Amino acid sequence: MLMRAYRWLLPHPLLTIVLALVWVILQNGISAGMVVFGILLGIIIPWMTSIWWPDTPKGFRMGRMVTYTFLVMWDIVVANIQVAWIVLTVPNAKLKPAWIVVPLELKQPEAITVLAGTITLTPGTVSSDLSDEGHSLLVHVLHTDDPDAVRDDIKTRYERRLLEIFS
Amino acid sequence: MTLAVAFTYAAGASLLIGSFFILVGVIGLLKFNDPMTRLHAPTKVGTIGVGMLLLASIFASVAEGSGTMHELLIMAFLFVTAPVSANFIAKVNIHLRNCDIPPAPPQDDTWSTLADQRLGIDNATPGAKVSES
Repeated sequence: MLMRAYRWLLPHPLLTIVLALVWVILQNGISAGMVVFGILLGIIIPWMTSIWWPDTPKGFRMGRMVTYTFLVMWDIVVANIQVAWIVLTVPNAKLKPAWIVVPLELKQPEAITVLAGTITLTPGTVSSDLSDEGHSLLVHVLHTDDPDAVRDDIKTRYERRLLEIFS
Repeated sequence: MTLAVAFTYAAGASLLIGSFFILVGVIGLLKFNDPMTRLHAPTKVGTIGVGMLLLASIFASVAEGSGTMHELLIMAFLFVTAPVSANFIAKVNIHLRNCDIPPAPPQDDTWSTLADQRLGIDNATPGAKVSES
């Protein structure tokens, strides 16, 4: 009974924390009133929007998500330099863009969204589409000699970690 | 005082690096001749280009002695929203057949953007779209 009341009031506890935190950071200076107001917003907004996000992701490991975020940020920096080099040196005629199909082991929509976002944020790859039943992801690569290697890289580097985070 | 000077120099360096990557992104946008490859240029501007400018803003505000956390928020919002718009542009390209037709997925029938193909709706010719909607 208590559990159901909790689920009804806080459909997404993580979203509540994030919203409260964002509100406090927006204020640029901490005060008790603003913290209370942030927590109120964090409760009201997920409650009002829970119709559009009915399923709460069950397992979510915050610690691994933090390490994953730092890994992605490092990859963004490295990929940026690589893509900048491609833009400045490779002429259009020699550019080898390719479509890559990544078969997905991830099932949860939230996890697939994070994977697609990661792929787009690392320069050189853009996630373009999902197959109609959500079993594979279509990725466009700017310049590659070996599309299979890029696909395996995405699977081992990002998807394996996301499987651990959302488990 | 010397610490403030160091932060000012750090802000300047970040500004230069960020501007360089934004310049490269713009060059890429102008240089590439295919809608899908052109899409790769703005992702670079959106991540490290704006990221370095925001870092410069953090350094500058620390040098002035008034640190804020707003830059981190801007970065977070940017990282959440940028892939969505890139995904939409890619979908429009596939939808209008502006690019090579992607290979079929191994398990499912087709890509969700191409699902209209099965229904016999032709999006490639402009006139056909009117009767569809």
